[in-house]
Amino acid sequence: MGKLQYLMEKAGSGQREGITRRGFMIGASAAGFTLAFVPAGLMYSSPAVAVSEGRFEPSVWYSIDRDGIVTVNVAEAEMGQHVGTALARIVADELEADWSDVRLHHVDSEDTWGYRVTGGSWSVFQNFDLLSRAGAAGRTALLEEGARLLGKPAADCRAESSRVFCGDAGITYAEIIQRGDISRRYSEDELAAMPIKPANQRRLIGGRFDALDIPEKTRGEAVYGIDAVVEGMVYAAPILPPTRNGASVRRIDDSKAQGIAGYRQSIALDDPSGHASGWVVVVADSFHAALRAAKVVEVEFEAGETAGVSESDLQDRARQLIAGDSGSLVVADPGVEEAYASADRVVEREYTTSTVLHFQLEPVNALALQRQDGIWELHTGNQWQSLALPWYARALDVPEDRILMKTYLLGGGFGRRLNGDYGVPALLAAKALGRPVKLVLTREDDSRFDSVRSPSVQRVSMALAADKRILGMQHHAAAGWPTEVMAPFFMGPGENGVKFDSFSISGANHWYEVGAHRVRAISNDLANRTFRPGWLRSVGPGWTNWALESFIDEMARELGIDPVTFRLQLLTGEGRNAGESPNSVGGARRLAAVLERVAANADWGRKLPENTGMGVATTFGQERDMPTWTACVATVSVAPDSGKVTLDRLDLVLDAGTIVHPDGALAQTEGAALWGASMALHEGTEFVDGQVKDRNLNSYTPMRMLDVPEMSIEFVDSTEQAVGLGEPGTTVVAPAIGNAIYAAVGARLRHLPIRPEDVLKAIQTSAAAATG
Amino acid sequence: MGMTMTINDRAVEAEVPEDTPLLWLIRDELGLKGTKFGCGIGLCGACTVHIDGVAVRSCVTPASEAAGKSITTIEGLDHPLQQAWIDVQAPQCGYCQSGQIMQAASLLARNPNPDDDQIRQAMNGNLCRCMAYLRIHKAIRQTADKLAYDATEERQHG
Repeated sequence: MGKLQYLMEKAGSGQREGITRRGFMIGASAAGFTLAFVPAGLMYSSPAVAVSEGRFEPSVWYSIDRDGIVTVNVAEAEMGQHVGTALARIVADELEADWSDVRLHHVDSEDTWGYRVTGGSWSVFQNFDLLSRAGAAGRTALLEEGARLLGKPAADCRAESSRVFCGDAGITYAEIIQRGDISRRYSEDELAAMPIKPANQRRLIGGRFDALDIPEKTRGEAVYGIDAVVEGMVYAAPILPPTRNGASVRRIDDSKAQGIAGYRQSIALDDPSGHASGWVVVVADSFHAALRAAKVVEVEFEAGETAGVSESDLQDRARQLIAGDSGSLVVADPGVEEAYASADRVVEREYTTSTVLHFQLEPVNALALQRQDGIWELHTGNQWQSLALPWYARALDVPEDRILMKTYLLGGGFGRRLNGDYGVPALLAAKALGRPVKLVLTREDDSRFDSVRSPSVQRVSMALAADKRILGMQHHAAAGWPTEVMAPFFMGPGENGVKFDSFSISGANHWYEVGAHRVRAISNDLANRTFRPGWLRSVGPGWTNWALESFIDEMARELGIDPVTFRLQLLTGEGRNAGESPNSVGGARRLAAVLERVAANADWGRKLPENTGMGVATTFGQERDMPTWTACVATVSVAPDSGKVTLDRLDLVLDAGTIVHPDGALAQTEGAALWGASMALHEGTEFVDGQVKDRNLNSYTPMRMLDVPEMSIEFVDSTEQAVGLGEPGTTVVAPAIGNAIYAAVGARLRHLPIRPEDVLKAIQTSAAAATG
Repeated sequence: MGMTMTINDRAVEAEVPEDTPLLWLIRDELGLKGTKFGCGIGLCGACTVHIDGVAVRSCVTPASEAAGKSITTIEGLDHPLQQAWIDVQAPQCGYCQSGQIMQAASLLARNPNPDDDQIRQAMNGNLCRCMAYLRIHKAIRQTADKLAYDATEERQHG
């Protein structure tokens, strides 16, 4: 069993267990028919009862109404990845529905919808097989019923474009729904045996088509969480405490706010769940009045214990932990000690990364209210409802089933909204005031309250024999662990039994053949206390791959081998790197293939102008169990006098198996790669006195249009298992840029972000080494 | 205090403090939610609207500055750029796109045929956090090229 599956089972997620313990039912509903998975135990009740009582299971179901309109229910959060379009496309392909008949419905949180999380680039990967079978079951029923209505044997009929054809006769899906009865039940065995089309007969998967969520986004009609309003609501803006954890309010003086029109009151929140400790919210009739009042309300806080913590304190703690022997052994081959003891030479390097903000453009916000029937409603965009609901229940001291999360578009996710902590203060304020409260954070508060990407320290080494053979490799990484802080049930044990956050170390367990390999993951306890570490687009590979791919490049130079050739030599595809069916079939050889391809596309090795260079890097995306084989060549120019780096060009090649929505995949990869470039060259902040220093665009400066390089992105044509695409492009770019800077001017960068002053220093160091 | 202005060709009377940013008047008093709040300091462009046809950042523009003037928000825009945005599938999360489109419309109004670099310069103040910049640029390029082509046709055959 793969790690992902293991984690999912630990999380008690029925949705992730494949189709083995569930059947499929089609039952009549008021508007037509509902088609849904049901737990195997429910297969004995009638389909109509199961549907009418909503007793069907989780996140995968759809309906067909009397006009033949197919509505696919989507539990995944829409945050720019056009996920609903991709998922509906999979259903519609097997269903043989006409795409113009397909609609999306984004559902609210209710437990029947199953475990709800959108992240990890999992959506298509996890749902492809389920959705295909759901579509095939619907098609089978429609075909049988259509044949019966036409008086023909089903074997002589076929389905296409929302119609069943039997010889010259035909009938639309709408007519079948109106005149026939497609109620069916399929057992788990029947579902498993459902005829799934071979890849070459797919009509809707893989073609060119428009995303369904785009038109409304060009007319200002798309509704995000921040746009939610209800009758009688008041607005709230927070005054945040000096520390993320452990703060409390001593005194509030709002005398200066009393004269502000629309100002109501300021309250200290009492939060039993610990997510909004020490918060004060300023309440007013308009958001503007709340903001004005928040500027003049004076609050005396008792700070938590991390009030003085700086970025260097966090990194020093990481170094201290790496020097010790705590942590989880994620890869623990025998023979590492022997390899290092017998080595002719050991090369060791340290790599670091700074704190990074999500800076999703829609600041976090939530509208909370209690209905007449006692149910709490939370209107907000969110990626992981199933994680946040228990927090809300604890904060309000009510059972989870008394809280309903209403679904909205996300003005950017990137992992920020996996952590739904921002719902807590909205609910508490609504409870304290006894009326609906709309809480909106300013940009500066959003940054302070962000679950940032933790700073990290990593130590990487290789043991070399006298004949330059690689005997062993070690990778030690310390950072704040989001999963430990927010979802500890997702952590599994390492080889030494110590639990670890797989999201924070993934990437270090690479596909290169390096002899005896050891990977140690260490949780930075000071980071975990100072802030709430976040899952930020790709999480761990954002730092692990920076270290790994920079180090591989350093070793290639050290050994005098071309960096592409060196990587190809290590991608043997043997032993544990041979891959497994279905997810990683082909193994490291598929990584070698994209690497060779990108080198050819970029014309690797060609002569470049002075102070210009090419760098290469690879990644397998998010997890060994779901590899997205990715390679990148970056071309940069460096101004030797200032150290300024200009990213001229990015070439990427990806093998993500079957691509459901090619244009969406391309858009995701364009954005992801530019995110990677932005984090490498333009972003990054630091902790000062327990808080992030850079809080708005005057000093936190993500990439703009003028900074965008030329880009070429290519996908390998494949019918292998569909994997993930939201993140892999993100983490391959920074090391490619770092390696390109080395190629351009001989300066080795080991810290992210790459600042001109650091480049200049590295140029001087390398010049000194050359002359010294 | 009371102010009168035109928003999307509709005369409105607003009762808000004069220093209220135009953004909150538009969003919360008039209920036009297509204009977005991003940074609050005029540096992300999500709040871009037109005053008398010129793009402004409504989050740092006092409502009083719009008094007596004509304001256009994304809801009142009907521009070929919007179709181009769909044609190139530009939006990802979409949150910045109202502001991007308003900024681009303002650019094309004063320079119907910008070169690629003029597009980049004009759009550099609009942050797209999804980094859909390639497609935003392409949509503006296509629209400008089409408008230029149509104008030529008009001259030749009109």
